[in-house]
Amino acid sequence: MVTPMRVVIALCLVAPFVAMLWVGSYAKTDPTVIGIPFFYWYQMLWVLISTVLTMVAYKLWQRDQRARSASKGGASR
Amino acid sequence: MNDGVNGVALAVFIFFFLLVTVMGFMAARWRKAENENSLDEWGLGGRSFGTWVTWFLLGGDLYTAYTFVAVPAAIYAAGAAGFFAVPYTILVYPLIFTFLPRLWSVSHKHGYVTTSDFVRGRFGSKGLSLAVAVTGILATMPYIALQLVGIQAVLDVMGVGGGEDTNWFIKDLPLLIAFGVLAAYTYSSGLRAPALIAFVKDTLIYLVIAVAIIYIPIKLGGFDEIFASASEAYSQTNPATGAPRGALVPGEAGQWTYATLALGSALALFMYPHSITATLSSRSREVIRRNTTILPLYSLMLGLLALLGFMAIAAGIKVSNGQLAIPQLFETMFPDWFAGIAFAAIGIGALVPAAIMSIAAANLFTRNIYKDFIKPDATPAQETKVSKLVSLLVKVGALAFVLTMDKTVAINFQLLGGIWILQTFPALVGGLFTRWFHRWALIGGWAVGMIYGTVAAYGVASPTQKHFGGSAKEIPGIGEIGYIGLTAFVINVLVTVVLTFVMRAVKAPEGIDETKPQDYTADAGDPGVQVELPPATAGSAH
Repeated sequence: MVTPMRVVIALCLVAPFVAMLWVGSYAKTDPTVIGIPFFYWYQMLWVLISTVLTMVAYKLWQRDQRARSASKGGASR
Repeated sequence: MNDGVNGVALAVFIFFFLLVTVMGFMAARWRKAENENSLDEWGLGGRSFGTWVTWFLLGGDLYTAYTFVAVPAAIYAAGAAGFFAVPYTILVYPLIFTFLPRLWSVSHKHGYVTTSDFVRGRFGSKGLSLAVAVTGILATMPYIALQLVGIQAVLDVMGVGGGEDTNWFIKDLPLLIAFGVLAAYTYSSGLRAPALIAFVKDTLIYLVIAVAIIYIPIKLGGFDEIFASASEAYSQTNPATGAPRGALVPGEAGQWTYATLALGSALALFMYPHSITATLSSRSREVIRRNTTILPLYSLMLGLLALLGFMAIAAGIKVSNGQLAIPQLFETMFPDWFAGIAFAAIGIGALVPAAIMSIAAANLFTRNIYKDFIKPDATPAQETKVSKLVSLLVKVGALAFVLTMDKTVAINFQLLGGIWILQTFPALVGGLFTRWFHRWALIGGWAVGMIYGTVAAYGVASPTQKHFGGSAKEIPGIGEIGYIGLTAFVINVLVTVVLTFVMRAVKAPEGIDETKPQDYTADAGDPGVQVELPPATAGSAH
């Protein structure tokens, strides 16, 4: 069943793929941060962003499952 | 480099090596269960690990000594192209978030120890399960061999590897000792040994990275200086190819390669038997999901580590064998005692995954070849005995591989292993979500993917090698250069889909599916889920 919450979960999980596989969007040197070219710090920043997104997905998933098992009387997880 | 033995570094290295050896043997008593003669105990640590142990175990497993040496070495050699390891590890976690919990649930419900166990149960096909098992073993062996290459690199730089003219026995003695000890404690303690040692490994690795990333740039005059000299080095023409050595950012042509390598590697990582072994040893479904949110810490570390490749260039490290660049950088920049700690981190970083990989390969052999084809009535005690022996054999095999053959052979096979293991994805992950694929179609797709991948990789030449010169090649029909493994995977899926329609049309037998839809979402505590708990409660759940 597609619920708004599940759409958000899916978006959280798909976003890193779009960002990382679109190499053209970050294959450049400028702007640099403390001397590190954009190409490198941007990808390392995405480690943090994707971590946050996965955490959000995890929390939402937990809530989704709790709501579901409550409505089904705890039958499935 | 072999300018004598670095005594202080060697002493520190030996100290840590002894420490983990003692821990390895003691591990047998850690969280010990009543029935130690079962494969669940020896091969999966009693399926009892919580979030943090699983985190260390998976981290110790996935980020190997070879990774530490090879990723910066690739950056050192060619620049940006080597950094694909970072997006690769970013993509792994959202990916496994979706399918690993399902694998955990169904495995606990049915007592599966390996991925092949699941494939056999799901598709009722011993042939498909054998294909997955053989692929897993083939892909793991060179991976273990590469861990030895990692240790060798460190020993070389410390000056105990001996020169070219040293007697082979003396030259390889340190490596033989290291592996003898590793084999002994894996044999006696099973998965508990690497789980415990992984704590030491990661503590050392994080310490070394934290120091390296601050200390070395200060000595080299900051990141501006480092990237300026790296940029200059990459623009120099390589006499062998007539092209520049590398680039700071990938050009248009390299972007497809970069993206396909990242995606293909991410898809492949959790097909490796050792990743699955570490996953199934966790206590609950939640442990896995929670781990996908904390494992990226390692990716951050990997990114920082990759930057060491640029520092090696800026520090003027000149090595003919790229694998030695990072150990050499440590020896040049750090005081001797800290270089010893860094070397110990790499050395122990090799022991942990080597132990887990040999256990995983042994489990595959025992469950899916020995039990399915040789001795169907094997008792759990016999299974464990066979697994222990095979784990020894696998390590001896890897050792023989490294000692008798050229290092490039191990690297070539590792490259092939990555392409091969990706071909088990449709059966495993496909099987976790749908029973639509036909079992024979999956075998067909697998075979085509394996053959295409092997032939394509064979045909890649590099300035130094006629065959297996790299993992990227023109994608048929698109014309861009992409990762062979991913191309083979796409062909594999297409063949599987087409064959499934054909098999359906001719009404080929589907095989019996022993799993039920609710098995894929079951969690610890649900009825029928096998729970292995510490002594107090063990036995009650069976």
